[in-house]
Amino acid sequence: MHELAICQSLMEQVESIADERDASRVTSITIGMGPLAGVEVQLLKNAYPIASAGTVAEDADLVIEQLPIKVRCNQCGAESDALPNKLTCQQCGDWRTTLISGDEMMLMSLELEKKNESASDVVH
Amino acid sequence: MCDTCGCNITHGNESLIKPGGKLEKTESGREAVTVLHSLLHENDHTAQHNREHFDQHNVLAINLMSSPGAGKTALLEATIQQMGEGLRIAVIEGDLETENDAERIRKHGVKAIQIATGSACHLDAHMIHDALHNLDLSEYDIVFIENVGNLVCPASFDLGQHVNVALLSVPEGDDKPAKYPVMFRTADLVMISKCDLLPILDDFDPERAKKYLRDIASDAPVIALSSKNLAGMNNWIEWVTQQIEQRIAYLEENPLQTGHHHHHTHHDDNAVL
Repeated sequence: MHELAICQSLMEQVESIADERDASRVTSITIGMGPLAGVEVQLLKNAYPIASAGTVAEDADLVIEQLPIKVRCNQCGAESDALPNKLTCQQCGDWRTTLISGDEMMLMSLELEKKNESASDVVH
Repeated sequence: MCDTCGCNITHGNESLIKPGGKLEKTESGREAVTVLHSLLHENDHTAQHNREHFDQHNVLAINLMSSPGAGKTALLEATIQQMGEGLRIAVIEGDLETENDAERIRKHGVKAIQIATGSACHLDAHMIHDALHNLDLSEYDIVFIENVGNLVCPASFDLGQHVNVALLSVPEGDDKPAKYPVMFRTADLVMISKCDLLPILDDFDPERAKKYLRDIASDAPVIALSSKNLAGMNNWIEWVTQQIEQRIAYLEENPLQTGHHHHHTHHDDNAVL
């Protein structure tokens, strides 16, 4: 159960960004997660209320985008979808492939409410 | 992955951040901030820092991972007996409780630091960083980190090691790479341990284990070894020696940036984002 540790690390990052941007509240946190990150999405969701209690992100929506596993074949160059324990090329069957998506465990974006501000202030 | 050149954008997530993607929209009065940092940003930062410490002293760091009881400590004991003469070895031991493993190592006259993780199921870079304060790296050629016995959690945490070794013991069954792909994908070498049991547990097929490993696109070499009768020990020693030579050659070609002077004062490692 390392999801709590990962969630605590997430909260440290979120708090530091919120602080830097002078935000009063974090309303939404979006995470990108691939199946090969080794993180159980449900466990991360369960850990979130514990890790976020008392922080600026206490009431934030935790949005987890589950990303697909994709490989590129080192032999024939084809890109194909794959399974966590079957990362071989769907095209030619060779096992020598490179993972191009599926091991992400990433804080993608945050939505913040600014202190003393009601006007829209959108930054990309 | 780094935070500067855009390589955090993968095939999996690029559609989310392109104009019109889910991450682009926001309600008025709110600010959307694109971050694209690993959730373990802080750990990864400390891990890199640890790696620089090892590199400053030309020390190779090997992270050993496996289930509990797969024979990590026995492998280290046998390795010390075989290589201890010519090679200066130190060991960092990770367990939830007890100094038992560190004591086994110390009996061979080798420095061992025990990290008791309490209830944590893995070592992380900060724990290794603390352990390094008790280790004068200039006295060693190689540091083995024996991770907490667990085929799941340790895979996610970079410690600052140079290479990962995953042990798969014969009693566990040959399909472990298919069951725990995240762990076995990180391995630079897979060792089939307790191979003296192969004649008894003959349903374990080393070739099948290797096939499961190739199915997860791993090109890691596979060594069958017994720490008991020392079968396969030469292959292991040869591999370790090769890793040390390769690391030294790499550091000669890519010298460390000076200016990262390090009298280890404790700075606050909170990353500036």
